[in-house]
Amino acid sequence: MKIEDKIADHLKAIPRSGIRDFFELVIGRDDVISLGVGEPDFVTPWRVREAAILSLERGETTYTSNLGLLSLRSEIAIYVEKFFHISYDGSKEVLITVGVSEALDLALRALLNPGDEVIFHEPCYVSYSPSIALAYGVPVSVATKKEDNFSLKPEDLAAAITEKTKVVMLNFPTNPTGAVASREDLEGIAKLCIENDLIVLTDEIYSELRYDGGEHLSIAALPGMRERTILLHGFSKAFAMTGFRLGYACAPEALIEAMMKIHQYGILCAPITSQMAALEALKGGEEIYQHMKGAYRERRDFLVSRLNEMGIDCHSPGGAFYVFPDISKFGLSSQEFAMQFLEAEQVAAVPGTAFGECGEGFLRCCYATGMDGLKEAMIRLERFIGTLS
Amino acid sequence: MNALLELLRQNARLSLEVLADKLSSTPQKVAEKIARLEKEGVIRGYQTMVDPAQTTSKQVTAFIEVRLRPERGDGFDRLARRIARFEQVKSCYLTSGGFDLLVLVEGDDLMGVANFVAEQLSSLDGVVSCSTIFRLKSYKENGFFFGSDESVERLPVSP
Repeated sequence: MKIEDKIADHLKAIPRSGIRDFFELVIGRDDVISLGVGEPDFVTPWRVREAAILSLERGETTYTSNLGLLSLRSEIAIYVEKFFHISYDGSKEVLITVGVSEALDLALRALLNPGDEVIFHEPCYVSYSPSIALAYGVPVSVATKKEDNFSLKPEDLAAAITEKTKVVMLNFPTNPTGAVASREDLEGIAKLCIENDLIVLTDEIYSELRYDGGEHLSIAALPGMRERTILLHGFSKAFAMTGFRLGYACAPEALIEAMMKIHQYGILCAPITSQMAALEALKGGEEIYQHMKGAYRERRDFLVSRLNEMGIDCHSPGGAFYVFPDISKFGLSSQEFAMQFLEAEQVAAVPGTAFGECGEGFLRCCYATGMDGLKEAMIRLERFIGTLS
Repeated sequence: MNALLELLRQNARLSLEVLADKLSSTPQKVAEKIARLEKEGVIRGYQTMVDPAQTTSKQVTAFIEVRLRPERGDGFDRLARRIARFEQVKSCYLTSGGFDLLVLVEGDDLMGVANFVAEQLSSLDGVVSCSTIFRLKSYKENGFFFGSDESVERLPVSP
């Protein structure tokens, strides 16, 4: 018996994550400056950690409702109303999940029949295409372009819609490009979704991290969209709570109910300690993440200006904590560039192709790293590109 | 408090360029603002936070709770200012509660502080009593943690 043959076919068809390969090259080297992380470099603010500790001291170590603590769902509904200007009923239209990743998986599994097509924009977070495939859907990627600052253009979306399209997935601000979508683009996308009766799955995990005075706009807030949108959000990025693994989905009751059916059998509920911590995070609100956001903005400005100064084309992204410089002019593939840069200068930046084929020619540099590290990384990058040509 | 003061209170050694970046201003304008704040007396000075446990210094710090007899007309002010003038006194606060002044004193050694309290402070006319509390260890001063704090490793590459 060959044990590999026993693994499910649809799983075998999914390739290994490109980011995983790169991770294995970097791990075990302690001299590396990493621009390769996808999480804040801040530790969770103390008042949030303290709330988690207090909850443990009180002995709050039980299961919660499958949907999550009602008190937390109610607070989330208030926060979402205030921040996204969309109102949900915390008692039946909010589901607390183990990170946005779980919520995304639940939503796809709740919606898809085998063969249904799901459109998503690339470059994108590494889990989108595999999650669709794992739910027996057909991933259909739409490439976004540098000249559009990696926003999704309605006309490009329109060209990808077929009879079989059921869901459109959005992620603005975007990992790995930092892209934000304009109101005009979102309205165009919304119009197409209504005309073609599509469901929108929108991952807005970076929504608080908007710069340059840009206010975040969710597609769910546009007329006619709330009823066909699943809004996914969580605490990982703005509140620096990645390890707490806490996200949530807001959607019409029927969709939440369907997602809950999977969640209750697979997960039961999100950890209570994390839920109590999240409750404290929401009490603090903007006050908690404001200084981190300020630090990200400053680092973004530094990276973008340094990259452009040394002749590497890089637009100033409006959100998240990534820049996505164009390194195509050096005549190396993204993979080669990243590998050689790591070898020569011990700086890790993830090849754009880890986020989809159209990421070829780009690198993802995360600026959730201290300013000293960023400064040194840019000195090394300048030295490295001096050796190419 | 204004954003410039907030930044300087955290780190007075930030360069004008860095301050300008953080405040979306220019080094020239930041320099002018600082000069004005210094002139107006809003900024009283700049100091360094030192963890004495990591130096060879034998210096001791004491917090002294002082009870005073208030004076007609001046209340505690004249006497408090007089106490504050001693160079051993690093901080001096009028407080509510069971005593009147909280005085922070630094000395080269235990005897130095003891002598100051016994001979100079408690013998002042108007000082009713002194209760001296010696510092044993600092955990945090002015927002800075003292002693070592373990840092947590992040994965070097994550999605």
